[in-house]
Amino acid sequence: MKIHEYQAKEVLRQHGVPVPKGIACFSVDEAEAAAKQLIAETGGEVVVVKAQIHAGGRGKGGGVKVVKGAAAARATAQKILGMTLVTHQTGPAGKLVKRLYVEQGMDIARELYAAVVVDRGTGRVIVMVSSEGGMEIEEVAARHPEKILREVVDPAIGLGAYQARNLAFGLGLGGASARAAADVFLSLYRVFVDTDSSMLEVNPLVVLKDGRVLPLDCKMTFDDNAMYRHKDLESYRDLDEEEPSEIEAKRYDLSFIKLEGSIGCMVNGAGLAMATMDTIKYFGGEPANFLDVGGSATTEKVTAAFKIITADPSVRGIFVNIFGGIMKCDTIAAGVMAAVKQVGLKVPLVVRLEGTNVELGKKMLQESGLALTSADDMADGARKIVALAAGTSTGSKA
Amino acid sequence: MAILADRHTRLIVQGLTGSAGTFHAKQMREYGTNVVGGVTPGKGGQVHEGFPVFDTVAEAVAKTGANASVIYVPPPGAADAILEAGAAGIDLVVCITEGIPTLDMVRTRRVLADLTGASGRPVTLIGPNCPGVITPEACKIGIMPGYIHKAGKVGVVSRSGTLTYEAAHQLTALGLGQSTAVGIGGDPVKGLDFIDVLALFEADPQTQAVLMIGEIGGTSEEEAAAFVKAHMKKPVAGFIAGQTAPPGKRMGHAGAIISGGKGTAAEKIEAMQAARIAMAPTPADLGKTVARMLG
Repeated sequence: MKIHEYQAKEVLRQHGVPVPKGIACFSVDEAEAAAKQLIAETGGEVVVVKAQIHAGGRGKGGGVKVVKGAAAARATAQKILGMTLVTHQTGPAGKLVKRLYVEQGMDIARELYAAVVVDRGTGRVIVMVSSEGGMEIEEVAARHPEKILREVVDPAIGLGAYQARNLAFGLGLGGASARAAADVFLSLYRVFVDTDSSMLEVNPLVVLKDGRVLPLDCKMTFDDNAMYRHKDLESYRDLDEEEPSEIEAKRYDLSFIKLEGSIGCMVNGAGLAMATMDTIKYFGGEPANFLDVGGSATTEKVTAAFKIITADPSVRGIFVNIFGGIMKCDTIAAGVMAAVKQVGLKVPLVVRLEGTNVELGKKMLQESGLALTSADDMADGARKIVALAAGTSTGSKA
Repeated sequence: MAILADRHTRLIVQGLTGSAGTFHAKQMREYGTNVVGGVTPGKGGQVHEGFPVFDTVAEAVAKTGANASVIYVPPPGAADAILEAGAAGIDLVVCITEGIPTLDMVRTRRVLADLTGASGRPVTLIGPNCPGVITPEACKIGIMPGYIHKAGKVGVVSRSGTLTYEAAHQLTALGLGQSTAVGIGGDPVKGLDFIDVLALFEADPQTQAVLMIGEIGGTSEEEAAAFVKAHMKKPVAGFIAGQTAPPGKRMGHAGAIISGGKGTAAEKIEAMQAARIAMAPTPADLGKTVARMLG
């Protein structure tokens, strides 16, 4: 689960990490009031107005502005709130800005980078820092790999103070700043573990002219598998940032991701679902979604999945590809039949069934009288649905 | 021969009395696996579907001589179940459970690394979030449908469950069969990885070729490709799922995510081709690609 910058900073603050003063705002009036309050509290005229969306690259996209005074903050908020922000992470459609974060301005001496992530190779958490703050870490990794410092953490004892010092001194910091940075690294590791994060990135981490060290931006993602033990974090979920069809799918415990293409897919198993998308593409089509109905789907779940797929107006054809293991083919057949009965079938449907109870599933579909095309294997099915979908405009039946 | 599981495997089921545990314990017994009992804390002493139930893994090991365990315990208790098996001297632990928090697995792997099974070798973990391991016509540990498998000469290793079935089905239809099929699971932090299983297949006399099925996310396919190039004499075929997956989205498996431009299918395919691994163009060609390679 992703959260906004202002929420991540709230989590950091709660864990004792010093962060700049800031206030989350949902309207222009709130933004102006926030700016006034910050100016009064800090004595500094400079505030930063920041768009809050679940994507990086906001600054380059025009979603972050440094301004002087509350009136300027108001004018800037007016421009940013409601704008569609396009960054390299939002896709070409961009994201509508519905929330702002107004933050005190800072006197920055140096910009650094810090992140905590799980390293798959070692199976350990690592803390990673770089002197190249503000730059994308992937770019630093490609161009200046020597500028990235890492410490691998032993989960039995956590990040050692010496490791945090290694990182701070490795960045060329000294004196109070080195101590402050080491403290931040230790806290970031603790926050990461305490909240079951899967990614915690502070870019930039800034050294101020007075020597203090603060996170200026923060991205945080929590491990979905661990959310059951962090009910308090659930309130950070912003449904506006999620695809409506994906929210609906989550209600039925379906693993669903909306894509840009025109061929809907219903598959069991994540690997097979990805491979099905690939095969559709191989034969010249574009998948409209990733959908794994899982190993233990009921008829209701399959029905819900089918309805989510057909509700997408860009879908020109549907490919059901099932290799039943625990999943039984007759359950899939029953679900498809029930869904078609409820919502109709306006596009071609190709079904490939294999595995447990395959004969029964095929027989049920055959006797249902549904206008569907059977496929012998995955490639056959993909080829057929691509051809059929190409032949349909809207609403005609193959 | 085959690897990991055979007729000498004595299996217990952790989480036996739950619905998944019960269903699959029966399926495994029916397939011919020597299921010697199960563990459900608090239900020790009962007999469930003909299987003796124990309160602890240690007790089950003492009374049945079990050397392998399969875990169907729900996510909050699954990492603990792995450690209990390891601490009791189980040599092979197969964890089917999907949805274990990643940091639980980080801690579990740390502790497991220091544990030794009754055989004197380090405890082997397969999974979590995997279909298990099967040596056809000898021993099935997991949730895969038994009937699509046939004893044969191809070793299969995969991060995906259903793609393993797809592969086994095709190899069976072509008469090649499988020596052993291993699903290593879709989680980012797990037990055996490609390299470990490839090394086992290379040393196994029954295995004449290997089929390796990877997916987006991480770099273990690239590392496996380097291993194949440097250490393997047996021919290897492969496939990577997720060529059309968008970056930043978790494709079902917790480990299947392209992040920061890393872990793409294109990079993996390139690395595998450079190691002279025969790549199947679509998952419908997995079996055919192996057959062609074997001539």
